[in-house]
Amino acid sequence: MISTAIFGIENNALLALTALLTGAGLVALALWLAGLISPRSFNPQKGEAYECGIPTRGESMSQFKVGYYLFAILFLMFDVETVFLFPWAVTMKSLGADGLLSIAVFFGVLVLGLVYAWRKGALEWK
Amino acid sequence: MQDLSAITNWIHSFLSSLMPGWLTTTVECVLIGVGLLLVYSLLALFYIYYERKFCAAIQCRIGPNRVGPLGLLQSVADMFKILIKELIELKHIDRFLFALAPYLVIIASMLAFAVLPWGNGLQVIDFNIGIFFLIAVSSIGVLGILLAGWSSNNKFTLIGALRSGAQMVSYELSIGLSVLTMVCLAGTASVGGIIEAQSDMWFIFKGHIPALIAFVIYMIAGTAETNRGPFDLPEAESELTAGYHTEYSGIHFGFFYLAEYLNLFVISGVAALLFFGGWMPFHVPGWESFNHIMDYIPSVVWFLGKAFVLSAVIMWFKWTYPRLRIDMLLALEWKYLLPIGLFNLALMACIIVFNLHF
Repeated sequence: MISTAIFGIENNALLALTALLTGAGLVALALWLAGLISPRSFNPQKGEAYECGIPTRGESMSQFKVGYYLFAILFLMFDVETVFLFPWAVTMKSLGADGLLSIAVFFGVLVLGLVYAWRKGALEWK
Repeated sequence: MQDLSAITNWIHSFLSSLMPGWLTTTVECVLIGVGLLLVYSLLALFYIYYERKFCAAIQCRIGPNRVGPLGLLQSVADMFKILIKELIELKHIDRFLFALAPYLVIIASMLAFAVLPWGNGLQVIDFNIGIFFLIAVSSIGVLGILLAGWSSNNKFTLIGALRSGAQMVSYELSIGLSVLTMVCLAGTASVGGIIEAQSDMWFIFKGHIPALIAFVIYMIAGTAETNRGPFDLPEAESELTAGYHTEYSGIHFGFFYLAEYLNLFVISGVAALLFFGGWMPFHVPGWESFNHIMDYIPSVVWFLGKAFVLSAVIMWFKWTYPRLRIDMLLALEWKYLLPIGLFNLALMACIIVFNLHF
């Protein structure tokens, strides 16, 4: 096994936290720099929404097309499936044909779900 | 093959001879942070230049050539320009979410960045579910985009963000499935393990047909995942001005731009990792002397070279195909890529269980 624990740090949460803080630090640093050197000018018109030039009518944080929800729900189904398949994928070589058979049942149910959504017309963009 | 962890180990022993353990760890974490920050911003600058030169070559133009030799400093100048732009204060936005969105987008790409295998022994986070972690963190980015569009209180941004959300979550499935296919072949989800499994031959050759299908699906889904053309409808300029980041100005906009280019690098880096062996040199089983010569090329060069070539393929898509419509885009994913991906996974499982691969 190739050991790649950088600096011999075994604590992965610490490394992930470092990367996370680096990302946040990059944004904060650049914003601070921009705040120092960027100009400021004030005009009430600049605070308006960037649309077609005339004031926006109605609320923009409004309801939107239901089709987006439908795809989000379908995504949820298949994403959870992928999560469940990962442990099998890692151990499949040792599980062999038995493991393949049992995962095929799980897999079949999911494919049925996709077929159902397809037949019901959930995959059509209307 | 030189092991780069020798360098980090030397720094570690040097630091621990000077100071107590907790301080060593802190200093090393700061070093990692500074390193990540440097590589991140340098790669972003390079990628902006790279894409501009590449698309110029495709369109028979010269591309940036005024600032610095061969226009090499053009993106540095651009970066400076974007820093001195005013950050416009908007009236009707949700201030907290508006400010939070760029953080989420950058953090998602930075975390994915830390998992990439940069070279032999040069990888920040490596643990047994590394590739799974990578998929998980890269999907934080879509939250940032959705929040950016929603909090801007603008109809263009709302439509852009929703399109982007629908597109990114849909294509994530295909990415997940092709990663899963390759994890099946490797038998491990750790990034180091996947590379080690390719030490005799890269997976694209080893896994023959399923690996090829997975690679094609991964590249298409990866292009969609980075919101690049022909899948760039979230920011279709002709319809939505700039899509989800219409209301962002100055460096605030720059963060989305930066993250987009870095996501391109991450997507091609993961493609290099899964299909072309990460930093592993090109090895042919049996050709001992050839393999030995290949080992002389440094592992960092191998990894970056593969990632840049794969990025070029994705850029090539952008400058070749016209933009899709949203119904075509979702039909492509749900009616073609997803069923093919599922079938491909089953095929790969059968091939491995019945031992039909090389």
